[in-house]
Amino acid sequence: MPTAPIIAIDKVSRIYGNANATTVALKDVSLTIEKGELISLVGPSGCGKSTLLRLIADLDTPSQGKITVNGHAPEQARKQREYGFVFQAPTLYDWRTVERNARLPLEVMGRPAGEWQARLDKMLAMVGLRDFHQHYPWQLSGGMQQRASIARALSFDPAILLMDEPFGALDEFTRERMNMELLDIWETTHKTILFVTHSIAEAVFLSSRIVVMTPRPGRIAATVNVDLPYPRNFDTREDPRFFELVTQVRETLKEEFVGHV
Amino acid sequence: MAASDAPLPENGPTRQAFWNRPWVAPLLVFVLVLASWELLVMIFQPPTFLLPSPSLIWQSLAGQFLALMGYGFNTFMEALGGFVIGCGLGLLTAMLVARSKWLSDLLLPFAIASNSVPIVAMAPIAIVWFGIGPWSKVAIVAVMCFFPTMVSTVRGLTSASPDAIALMNSYAASNWQIFTKLRVPSALPFVFNALKICTAVSMIGAIVAEFFGGAVNYLGIYIKTQASILKTPDAWAAIVVACFYGLAFYFAIVLLERWLMPWHRHREQH
Ligand SMILES: Nc1ncnc2c1ncn2[C@@H]1O[C@H](COP(=O)(O)OP(=O)(O)O)[C@@H](O)[C@H]1O
Ligand SMILES: [Mg+2]
Repeated sequence: MPTAPIIAIDKVSRIYGNANATTVALKDVSLTIEKGELISLVGPSGCGKSTLLRLIADLDTPSQGKITVNGHAPEQARKQREYGFVFQAPTLYDWRTVERNARLPLEVMGRPAGEWQARLDKMLAMVGLRDFHQHYPWQLSGGMQQRASIARALSFDPAILLMDEPFGALDEFTRERMNMELLDIWETTHKTILFVTHSIAEAVFLSSRIVVMTPRPGRIAATVNVDLPYPRNFDTREDPRFFELVTQVRETLKEEFVGHV
Repeated sequence: MAASDAPLPENGPTRQAFWNRPWVAPLLVFVLVLASWELLVMIFQPPTFLLPSPSLIWQSLAGQFLALMGYGFNTFMEALGGFVIGCGLGLLTAMLVARSKWLSDLLLPFAIASNSVPIVAMAPIAIVWFGIGPWSKVAIVAVMCFFPTMVSTVRGLTSASPDAIALMNSYAASNWQIFTKLRVPSALPFVFNALKICTAVSMIGAIVAEFFGGAVNYLGIYIKTQASILKTPDAWAAIVVACFYGLAFYFAIVLLERWLMPWHRHREQH
C-alpha cells in the first residue's frame, strides 16, 4: 500500500528582492519525503537550504510552486503544530530556565501542563538535561543549549522535526556525540527529520537519504541513498562504504561547480 | 562528560576576598576624595562661602537634619510623581508606537531629538501653566522622564531577534502571546536602563525646576536661598540630602529590577 509522502515539494522557487536586484534562492525544487525518513540537505552556504526549510515551515512563502506537509498546505500544517523547528542558534529565551524554555510551545499551544509534564521531563532527560531544569541558558555550554532547544522542539510531540544546521556552531567532539543522540531520538520516536548541514560527513553518518544542493540558483543537484545499516555508531565512520558515500557526495558537488565555471 | 559540555561554573555564594568586592574600590575613592578635600581646605583656607570643608558641611547637616530630610522628602515626592506619570506614559506610548514600524519610524527621531531640548528651561512656562506649587515641578519631571523611557521601551519591544520571533510563529502563536511571552520580557532590560536614568533625571529636574520659584520647604528653594545669602555650607548640606534621596531612589529601582528579572542577576558579572 503506497503511503502519501509526509512532505511534498513541487517545482518550488523562491526569488528574493525587488525589480532592480533579485536573488533566486531556490529554482524549481521538487522533492518528496516519506514518513520516518531522516533526510539531510547538504550544500555550500547560499544554496537555499534554510530557505527551503523556512518554506516548509511556512515561515516564508514560495514565489512559485506548491508544498504539502502531511497532506495540508504549510500554513495549515503550522497552525496544526505538525513540525518542530530547531534553529542554528539555540534561540532559548534568556528569561526562562531550561525547563520553562522547553515548556514554551506547550504554553503557547495551551496544552495542559499536568498531562504534558511527564513528556517534558522525559525529553529533557533524553537530551541529558535531567539535572539542569532550573538552570538559565547562560549557565549552559553551547552543546547543552542546543540540546535544550531540541527538547523544546520535541516537547509537543510534532510528527516532523525541521533542523537548520543545529550542530554547526559546536566543536567536533560535541557534534559527534550530538549526532549519536539525534540518531537515538530518531530511532525511539520515529519522527520524520529534515536535517540541514554543510558537513558531508555529518549528512552521510545521519541520513537515510541525502539531498545535495548547489547555489546560484539554489537547486537540487542529486539525491543519494545512504545504504549504511542502522543503528549506526562510531565504527560507521570507519566503514569503507562511509568513505565511498562521502566521496560520492563530494564528487556531485565538484561536478556542479566545475560545470558552472 | 567532555570539557566543552560541562556547565559553566555558577556564581554561587562563594566568599570573595574583601578587596575584590565590587563596592570596596568606589568607597575607597569616596573616602580619599573627602579626606583630600578636608586637607586642602585646611591648608589653603579658602573663604567658607567659596568652599566649605566636608566637616563644616557635616555640622550644618547634623544641625538641621530632620528639617532637611523633610525638604528632601517634599522634593522627592515631586520627583516621584513626575517619574510615575512620565515613565508610565512613556511605557504606554511605546507599546502603542512599537506596534507599527511606520509609526515608530515617524516618531522616534522626534523623541530622540528631544534629548537635546533643555526641558528644564521650560520650568517658568510650567509655572505659568500649572502654578507655583508642586504640580509645575511634577510636570517638568514628567516631560523629562517621558522621552527616554519611550525611546528605550520602543527599542526593547522591537529588540527580539528574527529567529526568536520565527520560533513563536512556528508554534502559531497569537500576536498577544508574542507580545507577552517574547516582546515584553526582551524589553525589560531596556526599560530598566531607562528607569534607572530617570531616577537621577527626576531628582535633578525637580530641584532645578524649584530654582524658578516655589515654597521654602523644598530642597531647590532652600539651596537657592542659602547660597544667595552666602550660607554655602547649608546649600552643600541640602545637596548631600538630594544625593541621599537620589541614590535611595536609584537602588529602589535596582531592587525592583532584580525582583522582576531574576535571570539577569549574576549575568552582568559573568
Ligand atoms: N530574506 C532574504 N532576503 C534576501 N535574500 C535572501 C534572504 N534570505 C536568503 N536570501 C538569499 O537566498 C540565498 C539562499 O540563502 P539560504 O537559504 O540562507 O542559504 P543556505 O541556508 O543554504 O546558506 C542566499 O543567496 C541568500 O543571500
Ligand atoms: Mg542556512
